[in-house]
Amino acid sequence: MNVLDIKDLTVEFPSRQSVFVAVDDVTLSVDAGRILGVVGESGAGKSTVGNAVIGLLQEPGHIAGGEIYLHGKRIDRLPYKQKRLMRGRKIGMIFQDPLTSLDPLQTVESQLVETIRTHLPMSKQKARARAVELIDAVGIPDPAERIKQYPHQFSGGMRQRVVIALALCAEPELVIADEPTTALDVSIQAQILKLMKKLCEERNVAMMVITHDMGVIADITDHVAVMYNGKLVEYGETGQVLGMPQHPYTQSLISAVPRPDIRVERFPVVNYIEAARTPQKQIDISTHWLGKARDYKKVTGPLVRIGDLDMRFETRGSVFPSRRKYFQAVKKVSFDIEEGETFGLVGESGSGKSTIARLITGLYQPTGGSILFAGTDLTSLKNRRDVLAMRRQMQMIFQDPYSSLNARMRVREIIAEPIRFHKLASGNAEVRRIVDDLLDHVGLGTAAGQKFPHEFSGGQRQRISIARALATRPRFLICDEPTSALDVSIQAQILNLLKDLQEELRLTMLFISHDLAVIRQMCNRIGVMRNGELCEVSECDRLFEAPQHAYTRELLNLMPSMELLSRANLESV
Amino acid sequence: MPYVSNEEAKAAVQGRTSPQAAPGRIAKALDSDLFHSFLKSRITVAAACGTLILFLLAFLAPWVAPHDPFDLASISILDARVPPVWMEYADPRFLLGTDDQGRDLLSGIFYGMRISLIVGFCSVIAAAMIGITLGLVAGYMGGRVDAVIMRIADVQLTFPAILIALLIDGVANGIFGTLDREIFAFYILIVSLALSFWVQYARTVRGSTMVEKNKEYVQAARVIGLPSVVIMARHILPNVMGPVLVIATINLALAIVTESSLSFLGVGMPPTQPSLGTLIAIGNDFLYSGEWWIAIFPGLALALLVLNVNLLGDWLRDALNPKLR
Repeated sequence: MNVLDIKDLTVEFPSRQSVFVAVDDVTLSVDAGRILGVVGESGAGKSTVGNAVIGLLQEPGHIAGGEIYLHGKRIDRLPYKQKRLMRGRKIGMIFQDPLTSLDPLQTVESQLVETIRTHLPMSKQKARARAVELIDAVGIPDPAERIKQYPHQFSGGMRQRVVIALALCAEPELVIADEPTTALDVSIQAQILKLMKKLCEERNVAMMVITHDMGVIADITDHVAVMYNGKLVEYGETGQVLGMPQHPYTQSLISAVPRPDIRVERFPVVNYIEAARTPQKQIDISTHWLGKARDYKKVTGPLVRIGDLDMRFETRGSVFPSRRKYFQAVKKVSFDIEEGETFGLVGESGSGKSTIARLITGLYQPTGGSILFAGTDLTSLKNRRDVLAMRRQMQMIFQDPYSSLNARMRVREIIAEPIRFHKLASGNAEVRRIVDDLLDHVGLGTAAGQKFPHEFSGGQRQRISIARALATRPRFLICDEPTSALDVSIQAQILNLLKDLQEELRLTMLFISHDLAVIRQMCNRIGVMRNGELCEVSECDRLFEAPQHAYTRELLNLMPSMELLSRANLESV
Repeated sequence: MPYVSNEEAKAAVQGRTSPQAAPGRIAKALDSDLFHSFLKSRITVAAACGTLILFLLAFLAPWVAPHDPFDLASISILDARVPPVWMEYADPRFLLGTDDQGRDLLSGIFYGMRISLIVGFCSVIAAAMIGITLGLVAGYMGGRVDAVIMRIADVQLTFPAILIALLIDGVANGIFGTLDREIFAFYILIVSLALSFWVQYARTVRGSTMVEKNKEYVQAARVIGLPSVVIMARHILPNVMGPVLVIATINLALAIVTESSLSFLGVGMPPTQPSLGTLIAIGNDFLYSGEWWIAIFPGLALALLVLNVNLLGDWLRDALNPKLR
């Protein structure tokens, strides 16, 4: 018998204007010792399914139809108190962010003991022993000692292990994991996934993993359910669904996942999703404003030359220099970027890659070293006019499309601002024409100019960001994780757009990402960073085929296995 | 889901429900969540109506008031201290009776409310301008500039508004002499109220600015090369105005009360241009001799005005606070 059976589940969110159907007629089941993956893009309703099972739907959402059974017993109609007792006891939950899902004011032990004793009739002594056992089972070394510590004394990955221990502590029959590894670095993600798989088999627990990441699905799940717009579009064994996807949405979703093993010219675009996209207007770059007046000084040698760059942040200030404490974000980093190439920086969070981007653009002042741009040392520029001239030549695209645009300005104003400020056009009419062309060129259409940023989706906003960056006619573009906040299908479109623009405008790019697969598709040369140091700089293909540094090899090994996906791709190409 | 902001959820919702025709600006405002939360709260609608009526009466005083209390030719000392119409010895010309100089109390309240409101608005605007500017600079610049501005604010907070007003009034009297008091009283009041209320704006704006300045749109503006002043004025300011609006509404009520207290104490508006506080002060002298209406009616008007504005402010605070929604 299945542990969890969901039959024809429909979840509705009534709002003032209409009723929003978040989950539409979904039927799923999970067996003991098995992992079911629920995959889909943002807004697909996958998290809502999990919340409906555990009975934690956010107001005003409610189950409008269908039935949920746990071990054959119907649970969706239970009164509040019984639902509460069921949570934790029968169903454990693992949340996305390990930083916020633990109580910072309680030791790990007291949180575990409290949860155990709420659900199981146990003495304090026994509960404590069980807590230590659990912490040991999730692979935290020295469990008897570490259990006495507070959550902030654990790293992100260790905290997620504690969260898993918490979910398992009352021997639940079902564990729901909502994006369990999204907030973690790749190396830790691999460990956590392995742990989850192991625990699921050892303890014979049914597991439901909700994720947007095809890699996670391919790695650990036995069955997979693909959701799109609240509907279940495909459901079956993981190998079969990924290897031979039947539904066009699944096919396009899988083909859009960037692949680390082969380099492709262009990403397959998921036309299933944004079918109604305004076609790009062709602009003759040689005569258009965008291509004109690129009267930049010719450089001999690399365009950007970074030498012994050092950056430290003061973490504790003091009047006495000896008592100040620093965090060394970038340590003696040197690399060159040739004109016209795309240089990739890859590394885990905290490796200092974003700091380098901010140092180059002048958002931070380096504490040491030099940044040579087209032969001029940016750190030595004092005159404001010279600084501005340099700033105009380099622009940046930021990670978060939701905070990188001023919510109170119209899109047209956002894009026109740099043109006006640097006096790159004469008269309002010309500015307007350029803005319209830019909007057209990034695939938004001129009508977008009248709107405010909140009227656009994440991918569209990133297009606005790109248009703004192009508005100063830069020769050097820094992309700081430009797609890590976007869904895969949108990511493919944005990466294609960046590639096109680079070719067309002969841009030099610094591309920063934590995602090796994306880096491989985009870059000519790659630098690998760790703890503020540059481990290795290498040609793109050589890095993947013959990594020199031990850390690079580790990173490559830790990527979620893509064998299943690769097979699917090879067949569809 | 890596990033699911409200906007994205909203966009998804709009995408999946029926597409709506693009409405005009007014239709959009009428359809907004803010307007709906307004209609849902009956007490707020009542407060808004009350505020509107009081504002209209005050600002249209020369046209709606039955008499002109400033026209010396029309007032007669013989009409002094006439009780309201429903009492004995009343005069039908004076609905709420008259004060000690024979001025119609109802007209006096309308005119007084006008002065109180003008002083209130002007001081709120002045305080907001000082506070927002200093708060923006402190929050954006940080470091020493921030420390200096915020310490000044801390010191400022240790003085009650009335003390500052008395101090400024005293200094002004020393400079201008008591002769010009009637001309300057209005400006002195505004300056002293503005100086005592700016701190709240500065603190709020500084807090929001420190959040906003780390957002990527500000960094994008810096990458473009915009100077700090432009970034502060064009990018950060519009994004920190929400809480300012709430403070301003609540502060308007506070400013009116403070103005009335000052006038009551005799350092506010002179008896020749009576504000509500001045009227209450005049009435106070006659409270024990049985002429209660001179103090009570202006007092009621003041209470109504402040209550209505405060209710509006409370609603605005709740409606704009995403945590309470």
